[in-house]
Amino acid sequence: CPFKAIEKTGDDEAVDLSAYKNVWVFAEQRNGKLMNVALELIGEGYRLAKEISADTKICAVLIGDNIGHLADECYAYGAEEVILIEDPLLKNYTTDAYTKVLVDACHEYKPELVIYGATHIGRDLAPRVAARMNTGLTADCTRLDIKVSSYIEYADKNTTLDTSTLDPKDPSTGIKQTRPAFGGNLMATIICPKTRPQMSTVRPGVMQKRDKVEGAKGELTVYKPQIAESDIHVKIVDIVKSAKELVSLTDAEIICSGGRGLGDPSGFELIKKFADKVGGVVGSSRAAVDAGWIDHSHQVGQTGTTVKPKIYFACGISGAIQHLAGMQTSDIIVAINKDPDAPIFEVADFGIVGDLYKVIPQIIEEWDNAEELYDASTK
Amino acid sequence: MKIIVCVKQVPNTNEIKINPETGTLIRDGVESILNHDDANALEEALKIKDRDPKTEVIVLTMGPPQAREMLEECIAMGADEAVLLSDRALGGSDTWATSNALAAGIRKIGNYDLIFAGRQAIDGDTAQVGPQIAEKLGIPQITYVREFQMEGKRITVQRALEDGYQVLKTTMPCVLTCIKELNTPRYMSIRGILKGAAAEIKVWSAEDIGVNEELVGLKASPTNVYRSFTPKPKGKGVSVKGDTAKELAGNLLAELKEKHII
Ligand SMILES: Cc1cc2nc3c(=O)[nH]c(=O)nc-3n(C[C@H](O)[C@H](O)[C@H](O)COP(=O)(O)OP(=O)(O)OC[C@H]3O[C@@H](n4cnc5c(N)ncnc54)[C@H](O)[C@@H]3O)c2cc1C
Ligand SMILES: Cc1cc2nc3c(=O)[nH]c(=O)nc-3n(C[C@H](O)[C@H](O)[C@H](O)COP(=O)(O)OP(=O)(O)OC[C@H]3O[C@@H](n4cnc5c(N)ncnc54)[C@H](O)[C@@H]3O)c2cc1C
Repeated sequence: CPFKAIEKTGDDEAVDLSAYKNVWVFAEQRNGKLMNVALELIGEGYRLAKEISADTKICAVLIGDNIGHLADECYAYGAEEVILIEDPLLKNYTTDAYTKVLVDACHEYKPELVIYGATHIGRDLAPRVAARMNTGLTADCTRLDIKVSSYIEYADKNTTLDTSTLDPKDPSTGIKQTRPAFGGNLMATIICPKTRPQMSTVRPGVMQKRDKVEGAKGELTVYKPQIAESDIHVKIVDIVKSAKELVSLTDAEIICSGGRGLGDPSGFELIKKFADKVGGVVGSSRAAVDAGWIDHSHQVGQTGTTVKPKIYFACGISGAIQHLAGMQTSDIIVAINKDPDAPIFEVADFGIVGDLYKVIPQIIEEWDNAEELYDASTK
Repeated sequence: MKIIVCVKQVPNTNEIKINPETGTLIRDGVESILNHDDANALEEALKIKDRDPKTEVIVLTMGPPQAREMLEECIAMGADEAVLLSDRALGGSDTWATSNALAAGIRKIGNYDLIFAGRQAIDGDTAQVGPQIAEKLGIPQITYVREFQMEGKRITVQRALEDGYQVLKTTMPCVLTCIKELNTPRYMSIRGILKGAAAEIKVWSAEDIGVNEELVGLKASPTNVYRSFTPKPKGKGVSVKGDTAKELAGNLLAELKEKHII
């Protein structure tokens, strides 16, 4: 059994770990545009760097071709340094080229922590880089801590962990990386005590961007990559953008999701009307995707997108653990389900037991009258 | 041609429950299954064998002795041979150590043309083992494979992205990690089931594959579990009252307004 509740202290026992300094974010860009998650990670990386020490820097690593203009955006969101790695062979992501230049740069500058977005590219690159550097990598993190005291604070508030065995004054500055496993049934906090750099991938949509500071400046380091055509063994023939419009679930403030309880594909017409009314985006459960009612790009959950909107409306969704894994940190969850025992009500802030086909049209109709409804209810 | 498919036996996470007192997983009575993506990986290998019956498909797993059941299932689907890496010394491996063991197993099998793996195992959920095997073997990787074509030693695949896909070309040998969009796994055949039950499964120890405690197992692993726990159940929220749909909707909106949510 690979899993035993083996608990270790956060002591950094091995030598020369102190040769490694600063927090790096792999600032993923595609087609000369930064991915949103890169900005979220710069925000999180900034916080972590300052928890490590006042003179620990947050660096954004930009890899591509002709992408120097993205440095300003990285500074504006909190990066103190940008490491710019440009070459025509780096224009589009390839595992071989990006692994080589990132590993070379890590050897040159020795960061203590490298974080990547858990995108299809981040999850291809990070394990290869970690394996080449013989260091640990923690997947799909949803929470990162440096100080044991902040870890305790987080754990007390959000988990069932007994924190009495943890010492809030523990001076270790190794990262504590918390992630769901077993489909969200279990959370584990992972450390990487003996090797450097420490590495993690982080789910998009989970971390907070910093407020943008227009015109902010930082230090620019240009790193000249050593890369040749012969290093790249997988050739890109084409990059095809799907014709369907991209659903930006991760950025949405309000999400209206439908599940199998819609009964048939036309149910999504109602959900779309609902979303349009409230200024939201349409989401779905996997059951609705598997039924062929809606495209996978709308799916929320363990094998879909992780979302954290201000309001999540779950309509005709039972609340399976894999669905919850992708939405339970939403600020407010509203569930509409005709089964009063549906597990979704266990996580809902507001629950309506009823037929969604009756309730949703009423919400749409009354949405603009919320003010008056509230006044009436207080009388 | 020789294809190795990495398969993992996983608990059915749909059925997993947590012991509320100890906060640990209750594994008793939980069904063990062939990891979903790995069934797609095996299916793709078997499709190649359908076209060219001289193809040899070998399934490889690292796990406890009971993983044998899953290997029999793979043979029942159509795999030719199965190898089980099983040894206490391998226990507690993180993905770095797991990929050391699997790469060593693959090298011992030898002369491979293609290696298929799943993108992700539903228990550990890291999606790291495929790329890390490729790195240890020093061969290319393509992850998130959603379409696969082969012509001689050249292969062309579609690799899924969040908003589309890349078309990629490479040559063998390489590691491909598969997603469910790639194909629909076949069922076991009756003949296959009999063959699986009778099959001789090779069981190799750490020594057999030439790895030691510097490469595999808990102590060699660069990552360690610091703590594990269950998320705190959120307290039950407000159950909105009302006799008609109109009242329910009205009361919900009044509540949302009161709490300054809208
Ligand atoms: C490895 C793995 C990964 C998975 N990943 C995901 C994932 O990413 N996302 C995901 O969502 N699922 C995922 N699942 C599937 C998950 O386990 C559930 O099967 C799925 O979420 C169920 O979808 P549902 O709630 O829409 O359907 P159901 O469970 O069938 O629920 C339908 C609900 O609708 C209610 N209902 C019916 N009619 C009405 C009506 N008229 N009005 C109001 N309510 C009504 C019913 O009471 C019921 O509660 C995964 C499963 C596995 C094994
Ligand atoms: C709660 C928890 C959290 C963990 N978090 C991390 C972490 O963040 N980082 C880390 O390095 N380790 C972690 N581990 C350890 C990790 O789960 C094990 O190393 C495991 O053996 C492989 O990882 P995986 O299950 O994530 O596989 P994945 O990398 O998701 O598997 C991808 C594919 O690799 C192949 N494969 C994987 N394992 C095997 C196997 N045993 N035999 C044959 N083929 C296989 C399969 O084709 C599979 O589909 C964690 C373990 C637990 C229990």
